[in-house]
Amino acid sequence: MKISSLATLDKWRDELRAAVKFDIKIMVCSGTSCISSESDLIFGLLKQKIDDHQLEHQIALVPTGCQRLCGQGPMITIEPGNITYFRVKVEDVEELFNEHILNGRVLYRLLYVDPKSGESIQDFAKMDFYRKQQRVALRNCGEIDPKSIDDYIRRDGYKALGNCISVLSPKEVVEIVKASGLRGRGGGGFPTGVKWEMTAKSRGNEKYLICNADEGDPGAFMDRSIIEGDPHSLVEAMTIAGYATGANSGIVYIRAEYASSIPPLKKAIEDAKANGFLGNNIFDSDFSFDISIKLGAGAFVCGEETALIHSMEGNRGEPTKKPPFPSESGFRGKPTTVNNVETLVNTPPIIINGAKWFRTFGTEKSPGTKVFALAGNIRNIGLVEVPMGTTFREVIFDIGGGHPLGKKIKAVQIGGPSGGVITEAFFDTPIEYDTLTKIGAMMGSGGMIVMDEDTDMVKIAKFYLEFTQDESCGKCTPCRIGTKRMFEILDRLVKMEGSPADLERLETLGKAIKTTSLCGLGQSAPNPVLSTMKYFREEYEGYAYRTKKIAYSINGEKCIGCTKCARVCPVQCIQGALRDVHFIDESKCIACGACYKACPVNAIVKP
Amino acid sequence: MKSDILDMSNLCKNKLSELDDYIASLEGNKQEQLIHVLHKAQGLFGYLPHNLQLYVARALDLPAAKVNGVVTFYSYFTEKPTGKNVICVCMGTACYVKGAQKVLDEVLKQTNSKKNDISPDGLFTVKEVRCIGACGLAPVMTVNDKVYGNVDEREIADIISKFKGGHNEN
Amino acid sequence: MKLIEKMVSCTINGIHVNVEKGTTILQAAKKIGIHIPTLCHLDLHDIGIVNKSANCRVCVVEDENKNALVPSCSEVVRDGMKIQTDSLKAVMGRRTSLELLLSNHPRDCLTCVKNLDCELQALAHEMNIREIHYKGEKMSHPIDNTSFAIIKDSNKCIMCRRCVTMCNEVQTVGVLNPLKRGFDVVVATAFHLDLNDTSCTYCGQCVSVCPTGALAERNHSSMVWRALNDPTKHVVVQIAPAVRVAIGEEFGYEPGEVSTGKIVASLKRMGFDQVFDTNFGADLTIIEEATEFVHRLENNGRLPMLTSCCPAWVQFIEHQFPELLDVPSTCQSPHIMVGSLIKTYYAEKNKIEPKDIVSVSVMPCVAKKAEVSREELTHNDLSDVDYVITTRELSRMIKEAAIDFKQLKDQNFDELLGESTGAATIFGATGGVVEAATRTAYEMITGKELKEVNFKQFRGLQGIREAEVQIGDKTLRVGIAHELGNARKLLEEIRDGKSHFDIIEIMACPGGCIGGGGQPYHHGDINILKKRAQALYDLDEKMEKRKSHENEMVVKLYEDFLGQPGNHKAHELLHTFYSAKPRI
Ligand SMILES: Cc1cc2nc3c(=O)[nH]c(=O)nc-3n(C[C@H](O)[C@H](O)[C@H](O)COP(=O)(O)O)c2cc1C
Ligand code: SF4
Ligand code: SF4
Ligand code: SF4
Ligand code: SF4
Ligand code: SF4
Ligand code: SF4
Ligand code: SF4
Ligand code: FES
Ligand code: FES
Ligand code: FES
Repeated sequence: MKISSLATLDKWRDELRAAVKFDIKIMVCSGTSCISSESDLIFGLLKQKIDDHQLEHQIALVPTGCQRLCGQGPMITIEPGNITYFRVKVEDVEELFNEHILNGRVLYRLLYVDPKSGESIQDFAKMDFYRKQQRVALRNCGEIDPKSIDDYIRRDGYKALGNCISVLSPKEVVEIVKASGLRGRGGGGFPTGVKWEMTAKSRGNEKYLICNADEGDPGAFMDRSIIEGDPHSLVEAMTIAGYATGANSGIVYIRAEYASSIPPLKKAIEDAKANGFLGNNIFDSDFSFDISIKLGAGAFVCGEETALIHSMEGNRGEPTKKPPFPSESGFRGKPTTVNNVETLVNTPPIIINGAKWFRTFGTEKSPGTKVFALAGNIRNIGLVEVPMGTTFREVIFDIGGGHPLGKKIKAVQIGGPSGGVITEAFFDTPIEYDTLTKIGAMMGSGGMIVMDEDTDMVKIAKFYLEFTQDESCGKCTPCRIGTKRMFEILDRLVKMEGSPADLERLETLGKAIKTTSLCGLGQSAPNPVLSTMKYFREEYEGYAYRTKKIAYSINGEKCIGCTKCARVCPVQCIQGALRDVHFIDESKCIACGACYKACPVNAIVKP
Repeated sequence: MKSDILDMSNLCKNKLSELDDYIASLEGNKQEQLIHVLHKAQGLFGYLPHNLQLYVARALDLPAAKVNGVVTFYSYFTEKPTGKNVICVCMGTACYVKGAQKVLDEVLKQTNSKKNDISPDGLFTVKEVRCIGACGLAPVMTVNDKVYGNVDEREIADIISKFKGGHNEN
Repeated sequence: MKLIEKMVSCTINGIHVNVEKGTTILQAAKKIGIHIPTLCHLDLHDIGIVNKSANCRVCVVEDENKNALVPSCSEVVRDGMKIQTDSLKAVMGRRTSLELLLSNHPRDCLTCVKNLDCELQALAHEMNIREIHYKGEKMSHPIDNTSFAIIKDSNKCIMCRRCVTMCNEVQTVGVLNPLKRGFDVVVATAFHLDLNDTSCTYCGQCVSVCPTGALAERNHSSMVWRALNDPTKHVVVQIAPAVRVAIGEEFGYEPGEVSTGKIVASLKRMGFDQVFDTNFGADLTIIEEATEFVHRLENNGRLPMLTSCCPAWVQFIEHQFPELLDVPSTCQSPHIMVGSLIKTYYAEKNKIEPKDIVSVSVMPCVAKKAEVSREELTHNDLSDVDYVITTRELSRMIKEAAIDFKQLKDQNFDELLGESTGAATIFGATGGVVEAATRTAYEMITGKELKEVNFKQFRGLQGIREAEVQIGDKTLRVGIAHELGNARKLLEEIRDGKSHFDIIEIMACPGGCIGGGGQPYHHGDINILKKRAQALYDLDEKMEKRKSHENEMVVKLYEDFLGQPGNHKAHELLHTFYSAKPRI
């Protein structure tokens, strides 16, 4: 069926909404995390049960995208009642089905227990984790079947596109997006409307729209969740952006590791085409648009827009200097808009509800919401969408539930390998583009990693540097050699082979790399080091002056009690009886490593 | 050296013709689609030996140095054959702060192999990856296509033993 | 567009400057006499060679409005820009980049081929680098010394990518490319193959732009010294036309200064037994080539005919267009012709055993080092030419021998293979070969005297030129290309049956041999090439004889030894053949 006007779309939506209602809807999370803990098997078992009891007509079983609390997956949400079960195992299916579906009783043991009150919570909307969230980008994610265009249409799908094409001129669309104040969610925070306008104004009939789905920040997975959980929203948004900028071709550049995101996206593209939302003469207009998919092959730098374009052209993903910006000369040398997934999917609701509505969320300079992938030493690991301006404290403690074991939270790393750390002193800072930059961090794409008091910040900095120097494209000197040198210095420090002069070297080198590198990767690579040096200088000094206390320890599960270690320890700090697990008195250990070499079963753990 | 590379006889004819068909099926500028062609080739052959890269270069009328430059740029492409089972340990940030380094060390030890190199028994290749998007389950590793979440270093021996000697779960 | 719209203005170090839109900060600074160091940057705009990679970062300057450092070599001036080239921030940025490069560099200057001619070294001096603060792992790649022409020592590479631009964009050979990424990046051949196993043409253009010693010609001067010191050897040398207008640069003369007589004198002082002129071979080439061309023209042979005196170009067609091997002329390159004659004609005349002769060519060319090892170019198991040394190597030998070049009195070539005409001289510049050939072909075809010998339409630096010449009732359509990328375009036309030329001259190097890979480094100054070319045309102008077939010694050679041009003996000694080679 080709939808040729807003009226036919409305009609279709009404029909879908009126169509048979199910008594019960079981939504099984089929996001990556949950699938990894066998939600696919659970889905299969539930389907079997429904078939066995011939309940196909009463019960809708829906595989959804990420339901956001991935750390507690697999998640199953059942309507009516919004009752959500966590950590469901294959073994639980029988009981869950019998109790909840057949007997109508809530299965309490699989509910979420509020850590503060100790109470089980039935309705997920009442959980702190969800209560403080505000969904715009993730509006459908976790609630619809990503493979069903019907589900999307029911939720006002393609209405914004219809509006744009039938009612608004491209210029008006640009104006609305500009007025909304939407800023790029891919990291830079560049105003999206302005970017669209630049491409729209560039000369040339051939223009491109690229969706950046490279999502390179390790620890971030919201773009993936959107593509897998609500692919039509991306298709619709890209088509809107194409209309606004004058592009007839859209390309999704997706990282190779996301192979499983491709089938749902492909299906969405096909279904959109079949219904006339893509292809020629969309909504009976002159506007034609098509979307294709290009695959990356494992390179973080390909998230950078010029590198991404070179990669799409079949080359090494090496960035080039800007200007010229892609909006002047991009893919195949033609004017090109590059937008992030999350940025794009914000646009259909903006079109439907207006720029003003969008500005009701967030702050003056950073309107709207932002999705974060909350991970690390935190109780509630998962996707969190909050209005801009929410403080770190709210995200970490209210939504995230604090540390799982109640330990002290020392810092939050945001912005991935390009970002910086935020210490407790800044936990009350509102999260928005400009305040973050001011405190030496950056929004980045939305990875938010919580670190507890046991985290060694120097090692964390080394970890990031290892990442960036490994992912450097190697084109320009400061990044190619400079990040390597920084890594070497950090490595030296951590091995207790450094010196105080190394700290000075790190700082001067870091600053030089930031200012002289060719692209954003190098320009931001020193951030994790510089910011940890700023806030946790004493940890660096501990290594540099070699005053840090380090000690070896013994893995009790491996130790066979052979006593060899105790015999070689020069300071006699290992105790234990023959054939009993041994212990090291860490306050006495001088970290000589003798025991490590002596142990026949590798039970000694290096510091 | 040169003759090795020019000799394509060790490349399976059927797979080559499948690759040819794939290339023929591509629309538009084929050179632009080098990365897709390489994905296909690696999918067929498991890795990208030099002569196969040269084959691709010729099929797309590109200099071999360019193809080799692309292959060696992207971490997804490998020039070396892989073990029967490919283990990827996520070293993304979420996994790292949850102890991925220990997982990696243990996996390397249990498989008796070095990073990115095939293990002596030919059963394993262990790689580092940067986030597979299952951070909720950190630390995460995959064996072939199966994802293992919340990996405890103590479970690793068990996981790996399943892939040793005959019991190949694929 | 009004002029005003085309202009932008900025201040550099407080000085106001108006420039055309599109001008880089570097160019604008130069205009007002402000020097900014550069390293990766290379701009030979006139011949289409620009390395715009902007990767070394030693040219950064401060953009005060943005409060950021920008690469001056590639950042374009925008209206209202405020640039500071000497702020502390800019200086520190530049120094750090350079120091980082040096921290990953062998710093073997004393024994490096580039010592005192190295852009990296010069910059380290200029920036007063006295200590490297950052120590760590350095690159360690094996040195590729397998080829006869080029030594590649990647450990000295600074990844400026100039060679990559040359090999890929200018020459379209594509054997060099960056491999891997990050610190491990290396500019190399596919799969790290030996250069010898690739389709490298040995044009040496990568060498001629490499700012460091990472790419250099293979040094043959020690072998030449050995021969000179061997009393059983009779050592004969010849010099190519382009050498005489360039070598002076190594001794402080202006580019284009002609030093033929001094070169001959210095070679004699070094102990060469005979000093011949490759120009003699050039005249001979013209006669053979014109004969072949006229033959093809009159017998419906394969047209267009392509000149074949550039061995890099020959290598190119063998690897890249194996289906077109019947197109080039079968004539050997001029120095090989002279080489064959040295070991036959000259040897016979002077009763010297050919095996006791060591024949050396002094060439502007790196490709000729590889050319002499071609099996096709041997007679009775003896190579026609034994060693090729470049202009640069000869200048080093002269310095090594402590010969005061400037004080030398001019000397003349030895007689037998020493005479030449103006036509031969212009071989060294793009368009010169076909101009010389036209002078002879005209008279061969029409039997009339050619009055106006200057074919100015063949000259210049445009990549591809075409011209028509009326010869009797025939209109000769002439094509000229220099740089292999331009050659590729003409070859594709031939392959696709679209070529309308009768004869095409191809030279691999920008500007022809005057811009050869073995010439003194131009360090990015295009004017040097222009001056060298002009000097050749001036020389031609001054010559009494300007047509190859007027060379009396050549005429005598045919009478005494070869018989008719193009006959069996000439073919045996002066022609060659080509074979298809794989493209890698
Ligand atoms: C090293 C580097 C990596 C990047 N990775 C990503 C990425 O994975 N996803 C993304 O959307 N943007 C990434 N960006 C930002 C993009 O270059 C670009 O700004 C963005 O896609 C623009 O879209 P937006 O305006 O919608 O944010 C990266 C930038 C740099 C410098
Ligand atoms: S900063 Fe790093 S990633 Fe960016 S161009 Fe330079 S080397 Fe490549
Ligand atoms: S590291 Fe040395 S001092 Fe510490 S427990 Fe082992 S042997 Fe003893
Ligand atoms: S050497 Fe190892 S196994 Fe033996 S007692 Fe010490 S820790 Fe235990
Ligand atoms: S390349 Fe230059 S800096 Fe390097 S060793 Fe040679 S002369 Fe010295
Ligand atoms: S000599 Fe010429 S063909 Fe060979 S690598 Fe250098 S530029 Fe390329
Ligand atoms: S070999 Fe020379 S020209 Fe090529 S990248 Fe290295 S330093 Fe530059
Ligand atoms: S143009 Fe001249 S210098 Fe260059 S490769 Fe050819 S013959 Fe040699
Ligand atoms: S994947 Fe299931 S909750 Fe995120
Ligand atoms: S960081 Fe390991 S899966 Fe994301
Ligand atoms: S000279 Fe400008 S970046 Fe190298």
